[in-house]
This record gives sequence, structure tokens and C-alpha cells, in this order.
Amino acid sequence: MLKYVLKRLVWTLVILLGVSLIIYILVRCMPIDFVANKIAALQSSSGGAQGVDEEIIKMMYEQYGLSDGSFWGIIAGYFTWLGNLCRFDLGTSFVSGLPVAEEIVDHMGVSFAVAFIAIILEYMVAIPLGVTAATHQYSVRDYVVTIFVILGISLPSFFFGQLLKDLFAYKLQWFPPGTLENLAGGYTGIEKVMDILWHMALPIFVTVILGIGSTMRYTRTNMLEVLNSDYIRTARAKGLKESKVIYKHAFRNTMIPIVTMLAGLLPALFSGAMITEQVFDLPGIGNWALQAEMAADIPVIMGYNMFLAMLSVIGVLLSDIMYAVVDPRVKLG
Amino acid sequence: MNKRDEEKFESIPETDGVAEVKATSSEVGFAEFNDEKPLDKNVRLLSPGRMVARRFFRSKLSIIGLVLIIGLFVFSWFGPVVYNRWGETETDYAATIQYEYNEIKVGSGDNEYTFYQVIERTVYLSELAPCSPDHPLGTDKTGIDVLTQLMYGGRISLTISFLAVFVTTILGVVFGGIAGYFGGKIDNVIMRFCDILMCLPGMPILLIVGTLGEGVGIPNQFRIYFLMGFLALISWGGIARLVRGQILFLREQEYMVAAEAMGYSTTRKIFKHLLPNVLPQLIVSMTLSLGSMILYEATLSYLNLGVPAPNAAWGTMINIISRDTNVLQENFNVWGPPGICIILAVLGFNFVGDGLRDALDPKMRR
Repeated sequence: MLKYVLKRLVWTLVILLGVSLIIYILVRCMPIDFVANKIAALQSSSGGAQGVDEEIIKMMYEQYGLSDGSFWGIIAGYFTWLGNLCRFDLGTSFVSGLPVAEEIVDHMGVSFAVAFIAIILEYMVAIPLGVTAATHQYSVRDYVVTIFVILGISLPSFFFGQLLKDLFAYKLQWFPPGTLENLAGGYTGIEKVMDILWHMALPIFVTVILGIGSTMRYTRTNMLEVLNSDYIRTARAKGLKESKVIYKHAFRNTMIPIVTMLAGLLPALFSGAMITEQVFDLPGIGNWALQAEMAADIPVIMGYNMFLAMLSVIGVLLSDIMYAVVDPRVKLG
Repeated sequence: MNKRDEEKFESIPETDGVAEVKATSSEVGFAEFNDEKPLDKNVRLLSPGRMVARRFFRSKLSIIGLVLIIGLFVFSWFGPVVYNRWGETETDYAATIQYEYNEIKVGSGDNEYTFYQVIERTVYLSELAPCSPDHPLGTDKTGIDVLTQLMYGGRISLTISFLAVFVTTILGVVFGGIAGYFGGKIDNVIMRFCDILMCLPGMPILLIVGTLGEGVGIPNQFRIYFLMGFLALISWGGIARLVRGQILFLREQEYMVAAEAMGYSTTRKIFKHLLPNVLPQLIVSMTLSLGSMILYEATLSYLNLGVPAPNAAWGTMINIISRDTNVLQENFNVWGPPGICIILAVLGFNFVGDGLRDALDPKMRR
């Protein structure tokens, strides 16, 4: 087990190296670069007529480590970035001037809160729905649940988000249309928490509806598989009550893949939903990264993408390990 | 023969030849075999393809999905032929009268009066017109007919997602096939590369690549094709894994040993004996990924990386509301229909994919 985990960890590092190299090359090839934007801004603020001194431009490129745009320059830049990463330094954001790691931590809270509440709600709804759909296979109930769930998967997040925003925030005015808190309200303590939750309600709802489908289908498939197995027939033949057969014998075994899936949810908890956050103007990590991509803020883009890649690699590793822990029949090796 | 009996008969384990017992009434069943009638009157042979089709069409959801998809295709390709009043990017310059209000407050305290000064203007651009016989779904902010744009947008959205899925599948089949068939070092290298690809965060990367296109000199018209091509380039990992797994399993089957013994060439073994057996799973995954590709395309368009105005895909038509909350609140006829079209398309592909999966899975007989 330990050997397996170590082997996987080494492999994880190799994957992350590959991912970072690909992303770094792509980012450095972007035609809009931050310095050019800044120079343009400088020019327009100084009247636009006189150009900025060549020397200064060169100095700025040097300062941001973007002076050499050739292939070898990019490779060298990559290794500088990698060296800093080994010292746990993700660099500083071009735009805000703050360390990227600090900014990630700052923005993660909101995204985490939304995702955490959403996942709890999602599981509370999806698992019972999946179980009833499986026990009443091919019934009206199964069809209704299936249609509802596939509809949830098929919704484009931006459209659904804007629709809810239009309906509940502008037309009915039940919820605020965006941002995280009502600063003008000057709330403190418990009131502030309630205010933030109220602002988060719509994004959470969007996340739950979009995510419920896969969890529910997963539960249903696994439940069906278990219900068709021999020991369930034995349990029924013994004359056990149907409720006991389903909740004691079948459901417990359905929990195995569901617990495994929970470990795989790690990335979803921290990575934030770019589009949903953009629609509701939440200061989460996704929205922050979206702004950074528009501004060609290289350290932020690199930091964010590596953060995502790391989360997904760890998520896969964790769910594999969880699988072996929960199900004693599985041997890792 | 009613439906229930039909199900009962199909649940009888069938051999590979897939013979289905045909009974004339529910009571007769097996007793009929005792009659002197020739066997082929009691037994009807169904080809595997027809079996799948029958199981597919038994599910109402798959029929709904198929109708949705065909409907959207007809709407997008034949729609503009029937409804040809407006051209694809034709702006309606009809004179419209717009009203503006000015609030004028007079007096103070209890004697405050508010006057509304109404300004009437004639504008030679029918922008954001409401639904009318002239424009069944109104016009958008630039005076383009929404219904017309919806039809042409459908062409773009559907074509792009089909192309992307096509490219992804070809790449996945080629790499997965090579990995599965040859195994060993090649397999290792390809699969490890797959691992890396599957860890790339899709949307953020596409945003980077979206700006990259400009630098390489790709005109805005083709940017979305470039982007979706890139998406295909990084998302073949899943299909490659599927194909590889299946081929690894098939390679050990006896019929492949027989093919080996017959001295068939590698190409023949791959294309004639291995790939056709992977096809069922492949078709299911292709159908399901068509839906997700449409969502990707729409999201990219929403983020302003789509087809540039005045042309528009469905996502582009919605993108205005991220900048203009007035349109969001007042003009559902501009952004609602494309959203509904996206949902219908994705829903259709998901229903069909689901139905196909059940129909093609031999374990799912009922």
C-alpha cells in the first residue's frame, strides 16, 4: 500500500511537470502581454503623443522576466518559474502586486463555501433520488427523476445563472443580483453571515442543479447493480422486509462507490466555478482567474492552472486509495 | 403479442445468433413447438442491428431525443429557406419611434410636483423590437432578426460540435488503438501522455488559447474553429482509454487467436476484427460528448471568444446580457430562445446517448 502510494506520488509529480510545461509555453505565447498593455495605458495617460522611452520599455520587460520571447528564452523562464515553485514561491501578481499564493488563499474561501454547501445539498437530494429511481426501475418515478436529472446536466451554466438572476434578483427581487455582501448595510456578526449566505443562495442553487445529475445517475447505476446481485435475492428469499433488504443490504454496498466519488470531489471544492462566479460577480477563485486571463497576468494564470491540475491529480489518487480502504476486496498494486 | 410478453421472451437467454421466439398469442408460447409446423415459422431471426434498433425505439426518451435533434437540424438548415424574409446579417432599418422620459421636479415639500417630459424620436434602426409579425422573435440590439439569427446560429453551433467530436474520436481511436494493440512501451508512453492531457484544466486553457489565436494570425471568423480544434486536441484522452481497454480485452479473445492463426495482416485484424467491436461504446461516448461540446462552444461564445458579430452562434447571442443588464431584464426574446435551443440540443444528444447505451449494452436486456 505504502509503496503503491509512493509510486503514484512520484508519477503525480511527473504529470504536474508535464502540465506546467504545456501551460507555461501556451501562456508565454499569448500575443497580449501585460507589459504592452501597461505601456499602452501609460501612453494614453500621458497624452498619447509622446512615446514611452525605449529604455524604460526594455527595463519593464526585464523586470517582469518577459524580455526573451524566443524558444530558449521561454524554456529558461520556465525553469526560473519552476525554481521559485520549489521554494514555494508562486511569484507575485502583475496586476495587484500581491503574492499569488496569498491571493489564491484569499479567494478560495468564497468558492469553498459555495461548493461545500452545494455538495452537501446535492448529496442530500441526489442519493435518495437515485435509490428510489433504482428500486422503482422503469416506473413513472424513474422516468421523471431521469428526465429532471438529464435536464440538469444539459443546462448551460451561464444561461441558467442569468435566467435565475433575471427572475429572482431583478423581477421578484428575492435575492441580490450579485457580489458577496451588502457593504452599505454595515452588518456585523451573525447578521453579516446571514447576509453573505443570502448573496450565495443563487450561486449555490445553480451549482446544485448542475451537479445533481451525475451523482444521482451514479447512485442509480450502482444501486441497480447491487439490486441484481445474488445476495439480494437470498435476502428476499429469507423473507426479509423490503425496507431492510434495500436499506440494510443493498444501500450499504452502494455507498462504496459513492464514498469513493466523494474523494474525487476535492478539486470541485476548491477550484471554484468560473462561469457561475462571473455571472453572480462573486469574488471567488474562478472569477479572479478569469480576470487574470483577460489581463495576461502570467504568474496568476500559472498559479491558478497548476492549483487546478494539482487538485485533480490528488483527487484521482485519493479516490483510488479510498476505494481500497472502503472495499477490502480491492488490492492496490 | 402485447408488450409484456415480448419482454418475457427477450429475457430468455439468447445465443449469439439472436433468435427470437415469435409467438402468436400469449398462451401458446413454447407449447407451439410441439406442433408439426416448420421451425422457421415459430422463430424469427433478428440481426443484432435490428435488435438494437428495437430496444432503442422502445424507450420513449430516446425517441424524444431523436425528434429534438432532427427538429433542430431541420430548423437550422431548412428554416432559413422557408423563412427568408431577412438575410443572415441583415439589419432592419425600419423607422421606429422611441420615447424618452425626463423627470422634472417642481416645488418643494408638500407642493412638490413631478412632470414627465416626453421626447419622441424617430430612429431608423429597429433595435430591440418586440415580437411582431415582421419579427416573430423581435430584433436584437443591432436590429438583426432574432429568429433568422437563431437558425444560422444553429448551423454554426451544430457544425462546430460535430467537427470537434469527430476530430476527438479519430485521435482517440488512433492513439487508443495503437496503445491497446501494440502494448508494451508504446502503450505506456501514450497512456502516460493521456494522464497529462486529462489533468489539463479545459476552460482556463481554452481562454489562453483564445487570445493565442490572434497572435498566430487566425482571423476572428475562424477563432472558434481553432479553439474547438484545440479542445479536441487535448480531450481525446477519455476515448483513447476506452478504446485501449476494449482492445486489450478483445485481443485475448479466441477469435483473435483464430485471426492470428489464419495469418491475417495487422491492418485487417485492426480494422476488420477489432474496431467494429469497439464501435458500440464509441458511438455512445460520441453522442454524449456531442452534448458537452455544444456546451463548451456556447460557453466560449458567451465569454466573447466565439464567432464575431454580426454572425452569431447560440452562445454569442446570449453573450450580450453579460454586459447589458437592461437587455437581461427587458428583452427575454433576445437571449431566451438561443438558450432554450442550446438546452434542447444538449438534452437531445443526452437522451439519444442514454438510449443508445441501454440499447447496445447486452446486460441491459429487459
